[in-house]
Amino acid sequence: MAENDLSAIWLTLKLASVVTLLLLLIGTPISWWLARTRSRLKGVVGAIVALPLVLPPTVLGFYLLVVMGPHGPVGKLTEALGIGMLPFTFPGLVIASVFYSMPFVVQPIQNAFEAIGDRPLEAAATLRASPWDAFWSVAVPLARPGFLSGAILGFAHTVGEFGIVLMIGGNIPDKTRVVSVQIYDHVEALEYTAAHWLAGGMVLFSFLVLLGLYTFNPARRKSL
Amino acid sequence: MSFQIDARFKIERRDFTLDVDLKLPGQGVTALFGHSGSGKTTCLRAMAGLERAETGYFALGDEIWQDETRRHFVPPHRRALGVVFQEASLFPHLSVRRNILFGEQRAPVSERRFVLGEIAELLGIGHLLDRAPEQLSGGERQRVAIARALLAAPRILLMDEPLAALDLKRKLEILPYLERLHAELSLPIIYVSHAPDEVARLADHLVLLDQGKVVASGALNEVLSRIDLPEAFADDAGVVIQARIAAHEDDELTRLEFPGGQIFVSRHDGPVGTQVRCRIHASDVSLALAPPLQSSILNCVTASVVALAPTDTPGHVLVRLEASGEPLLARVTKRSVEKLGIRPGLMLRAQIKAVALLA
Repeated sequence: MAENDLSAIWLTLKLASVVTLLLLLIGTPISWWLARTRSRLKGVVGAIVALPLVLPPTVLGFYLLVVMGPHGPVGKLTEALGIGMLPFTFPGLVIASVFYSMPFVVQPIQNAFEAIGDRPLEAAATLRASPWDAFWSVAVPLARPGFLSGAILGFAHTVGEFGIVLMIGGNIPDKTRVVSVQIYDHVEALEYTAAHWLAGGMVLFSFLVLLGLYTFNPARRKSL
Repeated sequence: MSFQIDARFKIERRDFTLDVDLKLPGQGVTALFGHSGSGKTTCLRAMAGLERAETGYFALGDEIWQDETRRHFVPPHRRALGVVFQEASLFPHLSVRRNILFGEQRAPVSERRFVLGEIAELLGIGHLLDRAPEQLSGGERQRVAIARALLAAPRILLMDEPLAALDLKRKLEILPYLERLHAELSLPIIYVSHAPDEVARLADHLVLLDQGKVVASGALNEVLSRIDLPEAFADDAGVVIQARIAAHEDDELTRLEFPGGQIFVSRHDGPVGTQVRCRIHASDVSLALAPPLQSSILNCVTASVVALAPTDTPGHVLVRLEASGEPLLARVTKRSVEKLGIRPGLMLRAQIKAVALLA
């Protein structure tokens, strides 16, 4: 396998790991809020989180490009802070992927939180556990399968993205050229053997991920 | 260290209003009794702070947990209370031992009153500590839930129909443990139930709730022997007497003594001197002017008539009696009342056809 292929694989894994970690941090409070709130905003927030499920990645990528570009609000902010422009950088790719993979992490965790119901948390409260304490000592352990599904799906989905990477990241070796883009390059250059290695690897990876998900975590299959 | 529990709650829902003002003893078992929809569970949840009444006041002695007149509300996790729900609600991800210690670990050391070993023995769960909750039977789970609540060092124990989800066999298995709690711990217990037998067996104080309102509140027998209760409670009319096992006789009978006299029941295993509770239904008591000389009914006590009241069954009358200060109820026909000239003040003989020994 060529060096640029290995670099693309490494970059893909790095991107997916960072995005999954960030999504667990950001997605958990969102899932908790969506699972427990009685606010009328629940529907609105839930729909926004789920948008990437139905939108073409180009649409999401286009708007992110506009917002993070030199004339967008985020772009102006990053410029003012001395960070520079986010599009066509690894951090820019991370941000785009966080949005794009959000529903795959939020929804399983939200389902798991909802499945717990009120009672265990009420029991914890009557046993002197503060809401914060009960969240960590009762809700999170009970929602563990949801976290597992969310992390696996978030990771796998980030590995598999293509359109949004092209829109936001472009095709810069070692910075934004992930496996899916590399395969595209190989095919365009008619390097079918190289494309086969990577594409076959992706198929195997995805299959193993889903196999793991369904074998070790059978209870969650229905909610996916 | 006796104190009074003050509970005033007003909760308005679309199709239901709870409006109670209760003063309860800070010791013994207080039963909140009522049919489903009477508001007893809502009342208990308000006490626990799981439900916040818009207008509410709740205090244990001088410790005020809720006073909405000054918007004071202590959240449940800062209240020294234990709750046992209808389903045990054990944490499935923790072992029995870690479930039980969950509250203790969070209770200040100075407030802890119970020790795991003693409580485990009291509730007979010592051998279950290293199991997972899913390996327990329903009755065992409920006992673990009680232990868990006690180890959190509560000043009051709230039980929301703890036996309702269990079959009769499990119920009978748990009841003795509840009686031991009652006898061995000095901890006020609020016990929500719709089962008259549980109430008769466990309660010292009884609150009757109907459609969100308090119908009666007082010492168990004081409430049970009232003859002016609404229809909803009339079917179960009867009293509970506290008796002492006086002797086991040769013909398989046990003689019980209570202030109003003595009664015989089928042989009971308890040692002489044991205190037992018996329930006597109003419909199992008949009245006679003279001691019946030729009757198969063994139990006959002298009592005086206190009052009479009509029942919902036409032609039937509920008679309140007193046998040396012990209240009794009898359900007789109007015709008998007229024939015997039953009126307040009359001394007569109450024949007790059946006695349910509650232990």
